[in-house]
Amino acid sequence: MDKLTNQYIIESLSEKFGEAVQIIGEPHGLLTLSTSAEQIIEVLTYLKNSESLRFNYLTDITGVHYPNQEKEFAVVYHLHNLFRNLRVRIKVFLDGTDLTISTVTNLWKGANWMERETYDFYGIIFDGHPDLRRILNMDDLEVFPMRKEHPLEDPNRVDKKDFYFGR
Amino acid sequence: MSNPITKITHNKPVFEDNDPQDELITLNIGPTHPATHGVFQNVVQIDGERIVSGVSTIGYIHRAFEKIAERRPFYQITPLTDRLNYCSSPINNMGWHMTVEKLLGIEIPKRVQYMRVIVMELARIADHIICNGILGVDTGAFSGFLYVMQEREFIYEIYEEICGARLTTNIGRIGGFERDFNEITFKKIEEFLERYPPVLREFEELFVRNRIFIERTAGVAAVTPEEALEYSWSGPILRATGVDYDVRVVSPYCSYEEFDFEVPVGTNGDVYDRFMVRNAEMWQSLSIIRQALDKIKKEPAGVFHADVPEFYLPPKEQVYNNMEALIYHFKIVMGEWETPQSEVYHSVEGANGELGFYLIHDGGRTPYRLHFRRPSFINYQMFAPMSAGMLISDAIINMSSLNVIAGELDA
Repeated sequence: MDKLTNQYIIESLSEKFGEAVQIIGEPHGLLTLSTSAEQIIEVLTYLKNSESLRFNYLTDITGVHYPNQEKEFAVVYHLHNLFRNLRVRIKVFLDGTDLTISTVTNLWKGANWMERETYDFYGIIFDGHPDLRRILNMDDLEVFPMRKEHPLEDPNRVDKKDFYFGR
Repeated sequence: MSNPITKITHNKPVFEDNDPQDELITLNIGPTHPATHGVFQNVVQIDGERIVSGVSTIGYIHRAFEKIAERRPFYQITPLTDRLNYCSSPINNMGWHMTVEKLLGIEIPKRVQYMRVIVMELARIADHIICNGILGVDTGAFSGFLYVMQEREFIYEIYEEICGARLTTNIGRIGGFERDFNEITFKKIEEFLERYPPVLREFEELFVRNRIFIERTAGVAAVTPEEALEYSWSGPILRATGVDYDVRVVSPYCSYEEFDFEVPVGTNGDVYDRFMVRNAEMWQSLSIIRQALDKIKKEPAGVFHADVPEFYLPPKEQVYNNMEALIYHFKIVMGEWETPQSEVYHSVEGANGELGFYLIHDGGRTPYRLHFRRPSFINYQMFAPMSAGMLISDAIINMSSLNVIAGELDA
């Protein structure tokens, strides 16, 4: 069997989905793609079930907050093809006004807690999730603490401004 | 829900209406319970001794490490990783250092890589000693636990010799180690390789063919490989089901590809197989440490860090006596260094699964976002669904055999 390459993944995804899957890059050899919230289930289903791709292992799901971007939030999926040992990273950027994305618990049961964690910290709603509750923080917390608008330190401190941290 | 996991059918007798015997009891196991080594809460519905359903509640020792990491220069994140899986903190430390080195593109000398391999394999043995020892305690054999615990103590003495700390080690630095292994360290590692095999053999003899142990563990909480992959399991518990996924082999780091070792796998995925896989891994780790010691001898002596003065702290004597070194020291500690904007995912084979670090860096002094892929967190989510239909005592040993560490679970 030939080695599965990033190039092959790009070709087979662009053949199937066309413009809906964008290539972000290959930082440190890990192919990074982005797609839309509408397409994510089809893309992941294809990556998991297609005979030639078979990304059968869900390594991780997490969220990122980019307050300065137009689409503020990102959900990041790391998949792994255990048969031929290749990883791929899929990002879905979400608008701050509509933080809804379909759940992937139907594809991998293990996504359950990963999505709950992402909801807990970023407030991203996973549509169709069987049990979308907070997981690590207490239930009556009113904010989503990993968002960048919640500073770690006392905002009145002058020695802990963002400027001193290089941004 | 049909439950293929346990193969024990729940034969509930038929009662008349309003018969008090027909009621289920809600039982809180945890958050602090002597049988669940750590802070775990499970609210279970029980019918006599049998669990009907359960809900896990986690987060009792959540310390927001990912948030804290967004305000910490790279050096100050290492102590946070200590507190994830505190039974094998050197693996976490090394994993974090390697993530940063991957981001910065630092080449590590071979000798340092072998030194790291030694430390990581010692940590793996220490972790497996605890897990298998505790499993013995939960099945009623206390003496084995006390016996192997002495050896863990000896491993901690080796850590102490290398870095000065025992449990939360903060071992090594970005680029290598803070100092070379001294002679006593090498002597102690040699001594450990001498004294541990007979202890491990005796420990094995206590359990492997022990009828009580086999009857308590064989067939309990058996998991198929399909289910395990569906739940993203990794580490010894995944290998116990028969899937040979080991990060050291599939994406080698630290020159693991040069070492000759086997990946032990089980067949049934039950508690007994998990015990056996961990046991076999300890033998493999011993062999890896031996090979690493031999390889170190062939490398130029005295190399214990990469030659990267802009990222590696200068020696302390120079910091106190030399202006340049003092400036560099401060710049590095405060994170004033040129770093590329990039994204890195690096994973290591932790003692209980694939420990991943997902680092998004925007060139600032601190990570823009750091996510820990914590194997305990992902492995533990199957616990409540798979407990349905089990006896409480079986669920307890199942939890021990998953080797879930509360610090890593809650991050």
